[in-house]
Amino acid sequence: MRSKLMSLVVPIVLAAGVAVAAEDAGQIKVSKGAAQIERSGKRLSAQVGRVVQQGDVVITGADGSVGITFRDNSLVSVGPDSVLAIDRFVFDSTTHQGAFESSLKQGTLAVVSGKLAKQSPEAVKVKTPAAILGVRGTEFLVRTGAAKD
Amino acid sequence: MFAPVRRKTDALSATRRTLVRLTPLALLVLAGCAGRDDLYVLLPGKDGKTGALVVNSDGQQRVLDQPYAAARVKGAGSVAGRTSTEAEVRQTFGPALAAQPSRPVSFFLYFLADTDEFTPESKQLVDRIFAEIARRPAPEIVIIGHTDRVGAVPYNDALSLKRAERVRDELLKLGIPKVRISVAGRGEREPEVATADEVPEPRNRRVEISVR
Repeated sequence: MRSKLMSLVVPIVLAAGVAVAAEDAGQIKVSKGAAQIERSGKRLSAQVGRVVQQGDVVITGADGSVGITFRDNSLVSVGPDSVLAIDRFVFDSTTHQGAFESSLKQGTLAVVSGKLAKQSPEAVKVKTPAAILGVRGTEFLVRTGAAKD
Repeated sequence: MFAPVRRKTDALSATRRTLVRLTPLALLVLAGCAGRDDLYVLLPGKDGKTGALVVNSDGQQRVLDQPYAAARVKGAGSVAGRTSTEAEVRQTFGPALAAQPSRPVSFFLYFLADTDEFTPESKQLVDRIFAEIARRPAPEIVIIGHTDRVGAVPYNDALSLKRAERVRDELLKLGIPKVRISVAGRGEREPEVATADEVPEPRNRRVEISVR
């Protein structure tokens, strides 16, 4: 009986270990069209289920979009022709302390902020080439790009 | 091995070239030149609360704290306020909004005082949790234990984690699908009902099962 129970518990304990690994920031839930993750110089397809880590860059093509749920329940999605760098993600699930910093280099971004922004308003920042956004909670949109002539 | 990757990224390589060209431009913009077409919009929160967004460009600051409050940035230090509309948002941000993941949903189980024992009614809840998991792409479960304010903070941190682990084990016995599960103990930090310290409160002795 005990060993049967253990055989059930052990894989999940392992899975839980994976889920809380330090570099795990979030997971891709939505992916359409051309969409990739750049990680340590390598390009990976941005498929549903792929884990997103601090340091990753999300890149979409003309028909691409990607939606990611982060560990603090932040919902982050980018539209076509977008480049979003996940510069920093730290989240303590007990205290909700941490930091979430990202940079939208170009394109469009939709954010529903999560537990980090709720706990400490200074913790969440989005940068663009022209501005820094301080996030004091909830939902917002960002478009950045060079002006067309 | 490289070739298929190339083929897949054809649509993206243009983006990349654009980026290479954009980098010096971005530096120029940061140095004070005009030439951006940036738009920042605060949306009304789906939970009924509208938060705030602080836009800071080269020392120029603007706080957006009303639904559809927006800022345009045409270059570093050039921040102009305006009000956006639902139609503009749809047109400009439609695909990004369409790609937004489903919002996490939470279910709650309640506990007897100072124990990790919960009631049999919870079994019905499990069916609803399973249904929620089934309708989501790449579902994850986060099990978060909470306590009331009786006992010290470190004790309650440990108790809340124990409750969360207990629920995880119960869900496993009930045959939860193979999904990513993580556990967390929030201790007494997030009471459902605010109380003074050392007050027993059954509604705060709970475990939250968040499906996302």
